[in-house]
Amino acid sequence: MLAFFAVCLLFTVLGAILGYSAQRFRVERNPLVEKIDAFLPQTQCGQCGYPGCRPYAEAIAKGDADINQCPPGGMEVVKALADLLAVEPKPLSAEHSVEKPPSVAVIEEANCIGCTLCIQACPVDAIVGAPKLMHTVIESECTGCELCLPPCPVDCIVMVPIPETPATWKWPEPATAEVT
Amino acid sequence: MIRLWPFRGGVHLDTQKAVSSVLPLADADLPSRLVFPLLQRGGENAQPVVSVGERVLKGQVIARGADSPVPPIHASSSGLIESIRPLPLPHPSGLCDWCIVIETDGRDEAVEMTGTADYRTLSPRSLRGLINEAGIVGLGGAGFPTAVKLDPPRSVDTLILNGAECEPYITCDDSLLRHFPQEVLEGARILMHILGVPRCLLGIEDNMPEAIAALRSARQRDGRSAIEVVPVPSIYPTGGEKQLIQLLTGREVPAHGIPADAGVVCHNVGTAAAAFRAVVRGEPLISRIVTVTGRGVRQPRNLSVRIGTPIADLVRQCGGYSERAERLVLGGPMMGFSLASDDLPIVKGANCILVAAAGELPSRGQTLPCIRCGACADICPVNLLPQQLYWYSRARNLERAGEHQLLDCIECGCCDTVCPSHIPLAQTFRAAKSQVIANGRERERAHHARARFEARLARKDEQRREQAEAAKRKREALSKPNGGEIARAIERARARKQAASPSQVSGSAHGSPGTVIQEPDETHGTCPVQRPEPAEH
Repeated sequence: MLAFFAVCLLFTVLGAILGYSAQRFRVERNPLVEKIDAFLPQTQCGQCGYPGCRPYAEAIAKGDADINQCPPGGMEVVKALADLLAVEPKPLSAEHSVEKPPSVAVIEEANCIGCTLCIQACPVDAIVGAPKLMHTVIESECTGCELCLPPCPVDCIVMVPIPETPATWKWPEPATAEVT
Repeated sequence: MIRLWPFRGGVHLDTQKAVSSVLPLADADLPSRLVFPLLQRGGENAQPVVSVGERVLKGQVIARGADSPVPPIHASSSGLIESIRPLPLPHPSGLCDWCIVIETDGRDEAVEMTGTADYRTLSPRSLRGLINEAGIVGLGGAGFPTAVKLDPPRSVDTLILNGAECEPYITCDDSLLRHFPQEVLEGARILMHILGVPRCLLGIEDNMPEAIAALRSARQRDGRSAIEVVPVPSIYPTGGEKQLIQLLTGREVPAHGIPADAGVVCHNVGTAAAAFRAVVRGEPLISRIVTVTGRGVRQPRNLSVRIGTPIADLVRQCGGYSERAERLVLGGPMMGFSLASDDLPIVKGANCILVAAAGELPSRGQTLPCIRCGACADICPVNLLPQQLYWYSRARNLERAGEHQLLDCIECGCCDTVCPSHIPLAQTFRAAKSQVIANGRERERAHHARARFEARLARKDEQRREQAEAAKRKREALSKPNGGEIARAIERARARKQAASPSQVSGSAHGSPGTVIQEPDETHGTCPVQRPEPAEH
């Protein structure tokens, strides 16, 4: 009987300590969300089905979304997230579009009617222009999210792959395979 | 005799220096075409300041960097600007980029060049300006702007001149020191004056006796001895900047640091000679000595070459390719890279054209699994653990590779030469390093995009809040009986209307205090318009 009460008392005390520390040391933002968000490419394209990279990171942290829904990040992001969350990496989910080479949007200026719809769609303010005046994409700011494509009434925006330059070129890995 | 502090590791290589030093230094012929790539070290392109069809003179500036620390590019002979177009670069990628092409006219007319006989009359600041304006970059290969290096962020006490040409086959610095020791020493004095340092150590490999003798006799002739000529053992990679600094001063440049952190500034001997010519003779950097060597070329030798000369012209002047020619390499056999074609120009950092015959390049046998013998760790001159780095790089575990200081690898290739399993270690590290750098760039881009996205969200919130507030103000103003601003304004307007003639009604159309600024409509995209309040309210 004494043992029973002793254990009850112990549980109560420990519970009180835990309850107090949960309040006292509360973390306002989920650190896991921050970590996941840091791996995402920040294109804010919404191809994952969430309205931006951070909401997707929150959904992954909650367990609502899978780690393979980010086509711009590609397999690199899937692997990094698998590592972080200690789950098996899996191929990119087919329903969330496919991995494409990094691209930027380019407005065919002759066809632009100046409707400003793409300006409102751009999540990173990378398009400049004014009503009834030609618009243009600031190449260095464009994340290649493709969100400006659907609203364009005259389909004058095209995605152009970013060419490789000597500055962005990477040394290839040695081709020789090991003999085992 | 000065004390040396040997660095750990390194390898003895068969130097093959005699191949190119049999024939004396000669001037390369004037080519019919000169090509100047606009790509600068930082990855930005210099901007052309000439246009197609314009006639330029030797020594005239043809392109400048957008920022001032980027040294300009000068025409190395007179002629017409034939075109400005993308052409293949002498770069390991073999990619194309913008180049200025000059068709030479054979007259070789130069702009007027005026130097300053006594550099001591000039301040370090103006000397740095002169050196930058002369387009001088490090001639050892990395091509870092010299003027920037001459303005170290912390105080230094020693200038080191790098004459330790440790790579096999290359003899261009040896040739320079043998033929122009006076220019190198004078250049060293100019650099010392700019840096305000009391001593200069000129490190030179002990397998270059003629160069050492030439330097010593030149030094004795002036009788000044602030410059010490120090023969160093010919161990590869003694000519590495950090290795030479450690060898000569016993100070180690910290990881991710620069030589100034160890109180040293290090320049190539060719850079010192170029500084002398720029300051004393007013000559910009338009030529350099290039070694054309290897058993794949008939008459290997050193040539004084105009920057921009196509490699094919140099090989032709050296008797052309022999039957044994197998690969064309820019640089030495250890750190150079293969070129796909000889229709590429000599750039400021190009020190050697190696036309390799079979067996002249480090042979690569069948790659076998790593047996963890540790030979690579024993000879690594920067004290890394190549076999660990190899595992992490192969597994693309770049984080762990970074913890093992992947970025400190100098890609010297010593580990390749000793690996009994013939694993291409250096190339694996190069690939991993460029991946790390690319990832960093990607992260920076993502960070930038996130900041812009968040700024946009914040702005939208602010707009919504302002809209709501304005609507609230309007409602309140209208609900107040008689006392409200709007009601008073309406009264005033009515009074004016009655007083004025019937044709003047414009007064009511001016913006009254209750005017609402309408936000851009999300669906129609109209620009902000001012909507005047109807007077009837």
